[in-house]
Amino acid sequence: MSFSWFKYAAPINFYPFAGKVIPLFWFLAITLTGFGLYWGFFQTPDVLSDQKQYYRIIFVHVAASWMSMWLYAMMVFWGLIGLVFNTRLSFMMAKATSTTGALMAFIALVSGAVWGKVSWGTWWDWDPRLTMSLILLFLYIGYIALHSAIDNSRRADKASAVLSLVGLAIVPVIYYSVNCPNPNECGALHQESSFKGVESNILLGMLVTALGFWMYSFATILMRVRNIILEREINTKWVSEL
Amino acid sequence: MFNIFWMILKRDIKLALRRRSEVFTVLFFFIIVVSLFPLGVGFNEKMLQEIAPGVAWIAALLASMLALERLFANDYVDGTLEQMLLAPQPLSILVFAKMTAHWLLTGLPLVLVAPVVGVLYHLESDTVITMMLMLLLGTPILSMVGAIGAALTLGLRGGGVLISLLILPLYIPVLVYGAGAIAESRLQSGNIEPHILLLSAFLLLSLIFSPWATASALKISLE
Repeated sequence: MSFSWFKYAAPINFYPFAGKVIPLFWFLAITLTGFGLYWGFFQTPDVLSDQKQYYRIIFVHVAASWMSMWLYAMMVFWGLIGLVFNTRLSFMMAKATSTTGALMAFIALVSGAVWGKVSWGTWWDWDPRLTMSLILLFLYIGYIALHSAIDNSRRADKASAVLSLVGLAIVPVIYYSVNCPNPNECGALHQESSFKGVESNILLGMLVTALGFWMYSFATILMRVRNIILEREINTKWVSEL
Repeated sequence: MFNIFWMILKRDIKLALRRRSEVFTVLFFFIIVVSLFPLGVGFNEKMLQEIAPGVAWIAALLASMLALERLFANDYVDGTLEQMLLAPQPLSILVFAKMTAHWLLTGLPLVLVAPVVGVLYHLESDTVITMMLMLLLGTPILSMVGAIGAALTLGLRGGGVLISLLILPLYIPVLVYGAGAIAESRLQSGNIEPHILLLSAFLLLSLIFSPWATASALKISLE
């Protein structure tokens, strides 16, 4: 049996395939997010150390923050694949990912601001993590702006892929500089976080919601890719036959 | 290879010196931005000393970005850039020469004019020397990272505003350490060595990667 790695790299094959799996991802997204949020809202303690009921926003906030970072990596990955193999579909995936990623970064910032208002008493604080999510949103916006400024879709794809790669290369430097603005006393600034300190049922809620957000992202990205395919292949025979 | 580097460098500098006003525009932009801040926030000497590092760096960031658009634009319009792409020498060398010329014409003047900031903001001479040193280390990074953005937005409508959207977030480390070192040098126990080392590391990193990334971005833009 021969298996072609590139079969689904052709928009003509990918379009119907994506159409078939989108309902599956939607189903998983709704079930997992629903279960995660139910678990988080009703099966976890009322009070979490110094945090009261309002800590429950964590289930949305953490999932969205994770997604915003993962989706950036995914966007760079598809851009890189596109640059290396020169496949059109990879660029379309990267473009589709950028919008969902920007949305997730935005949700993470807004939910964090709301949480911060009740917990810390301020909407915004120049904490390293907050600053970093803001910068991530800027990077997404730069990508989207560059892509939409170029009319020629081929050049737009490649240019924004290069931009996202440069962004990924500099992100560690930015991360370090934001985390450690004064290198003389850097250690004190770091904010520790690990799974160990989290109660297991809270962790379960967080992980399941995050998984649900993954599925939501897949579903919306695939839907967006289908639109992009139709837009770009409008002059081909198979599209006019649809 | 060094021949072509020198040739492009000399050519770019000669071209710029024929139109000297462009060099001075950037310089005066920097001076005007820096001198507008006290008019906006007040003349309190303590506060001016406090905000001087950040103001000087942000003005430098904006000034060097203002000049970025011209880095490739003229050569793109008259077709020279396409000839450079066809040249037998690696494009990254040619691009590196152009970046160097760009830095000599827009970055270096900012370093030399830094004492003016010192006068306007009542800084001590030690602080001014640190400021010049950090600008000397930091402005080449601005030219090199910015060149990538200039290559990506080549020939686009509203390119100037677009570059700022793409490139300003990438300038953050330079801003943080450049301004951080100047603020640190005002303290009695201040130690600016880590800042210098980190900024130099970033400079080396961009020296290696930026000409190459800019060359591939140019190839995409001129395809």
